[in-house]
Amino acid sequence: MIEVRWHGRGGQGAVTSVELLAVSAIAAGKYAQGFPSFGPERRGAPVAAFTRIDDKKINVRSGIYEPDVVLVLDSSLIGLVPVTDGLKPDGKLIVNTPKTPEEIRRELNFQGTVATVDGTGIARKEMGVPIANTTMIGALLKVIGVMELDAMKDAIDRRFGRIAQKNLNAMKRAYDEIKILN
Amino acid sequence: MGKRIGMEVAVAVAEAVGLCNIDMAAVYPITPQSHIAEHLSDLVADGHIDCEFVTVESEHSAMSAVIGASGAGARSYTATSSQGLMLMHELLPIASAMRLPIVMGIANRAVSGPLNILNDHSDIMPQRDAGWIALFVENAQEAVDLSIAAFKIAEHKDVMLPVSVNIDGFQLTHMVEPFEMPTQEEVNEFLPPFVPHATLHPSKPVTMGAFAMSDYFTEIMKAKDEAVKASKKVIQQVFDEWGEKFGRPYKLVETYKADDADVMMLTMGSMGETAQMAIDELRAKGVKAGLVKLRLWRPFPFEELKAVIGNAKKLIVTDRACSFGGPGGPVFSEIKSALYAEARRPLIYNYIIGLGGRDVQVKEFVGMFENVLADTANKAADTYEFWGVRE
Repeated sequence: MIEVRWHGRGGQGAVTSVELLAVSAIAAGKYAQGFPSFGPERRGAPVAAFTRIDDKKINVRSGIYEPDVVLVLDSSLIGLVPVTDGLKPDGKLIVNTPKTPEEIRRELNFQGTVATVDGTGIARKEMGVPIANTTMIGALLKVIGVMELDAMKDAIDRRFGRIAQKNLNAMKRAYDEIKILN
Repeated sequence: MGKRIGMEVAVAVAEAVGLCNIDMAAVYPITPQSHIAEHLSDLVADGHIDCEFVTVESEHSAMSAVIGASGAGARSYTATSSQGLMLMHELLPIASAMRLPIVMGIANRAVSGPLNILNDHSDIMPQRDAGWIALFVENAQEAVDLSIAAFKIAEHKDVMLPVSVNIDGFQLTHMVEPFEMPTQEEVNEFLPPFVPHATLHPSKPVTMGAFAMSDYFTEIMKAKDEAVKASKKVIQQVFDEWGEKFGRPYKLVETYKADDADVMMLTMGSMGETAQMAIDELRAKGVKAGLVKLRLWRPFPFEELKAVIGNAKKLIVTDRACSFGGPGGPVFSEIKSALYAEARRPLIYNYIIGLGGRDVQVKEFVGMFENVLADTANKAADTYEFWGVRE
């Protein structure tokens, strides 16, 4: 089982992303859970959301405390929120930032895999908005590799309608452009 | 068979209710039930279901409206949580006394104060004696299946009682997970049209919710008690029918590795599957641990519970609510009563867990078993403890 913790700010779409990812993983024949950090959320405030993906039925319903992967949607949270808390030492940290993985590794002193991509820059170019939640699904799938990027298409189409293709293009670019430092 | 899909559980519940050919819904939104209210109103507004969606100004009005509609012969649904359920409280015994087959989804949430929007069972417990059938579910599939089956139970001519389907708030309502959604055709085959035994109609007047003084009140209460008790048989029948049609049989009391268990735990609601993982860990260490999951809270399944407890020496009852100054959690005192007259009964321990959304991990369930097994002098038996409390 892979457990992912997402860090974002209220309104950036972390919850939408965990939902789209879980729905798509299930449609691809996997078992998955997607859930928000339970409770009230405010626009702009730090939020977390969670994904579990497995090949067999998932029974656990408690929170995720030692994730395999942490995805940071908003790099301004670094230093504000302890994003690597509980992240397994051999886990994977994915950050939406123009910085290199080496820089992030130094900043956070995290020795596991570090991967970076300028998700916000891609989103701005591909969709005209600085909202990188769907873009970063591409980054995540490149790093965890549990399913093909194409598996996201149906859920993205249903959610975004006429702007779905732009989301898919942004996702594909993040998938292709992410830099991974093992 | 329905297709296996992923969906948020609250939305799935609204979709399932939407398959039930409901005539009327009155749902006042409250966290964490809100997505049921929103999605059901979408289904009506978008023309997917032919249903009167009554926008009300409170939960008191929501329950009043479904009582009126059900009395008029409409298949009626509502859903709520926490404070909303507390506001409905005075109407719940009226709905059951009038023998109205209303179905209500409850996204279980702690009651104030202090204000807390997260999951426990302190909203449903004060409704224990309202004369409603109360079902509990532990995952998306059960929430979908039993939200549909609840109509068939409620409307059965030998039941004619309101049913609550208890779905843990957030832990279930806000979870996206896989399940199979029955098709409209399958639900149509399973759930016949609602034929009320009497309806409010000007051309055929009847009295519902009449006045009764001491000369009849006791008899009416006795009749209601008999009706609630008798519903147990129909509930299992409907579960059996569901099992035959959909391949997912349900029982009033579910078990996990309970057959030869020396030490057992009892849960209600969404923590059952996490507790199952603790059972697996303990079994791997050679502890004969087992799990009992109460699906039916009212009517209480006395015989079925006794049958599954078997020869267990210790039983850990988990509660998601408090009875302040009482004998322990409400489920605990119920289980003690149920087993009191048994010649052989286990020592019963009580942990009050997961209040106001506090998470309970697998290792904590294991910890509860370890504590109880370490109590070789049985000092903690028959007492209750707030699990993990900071003092």
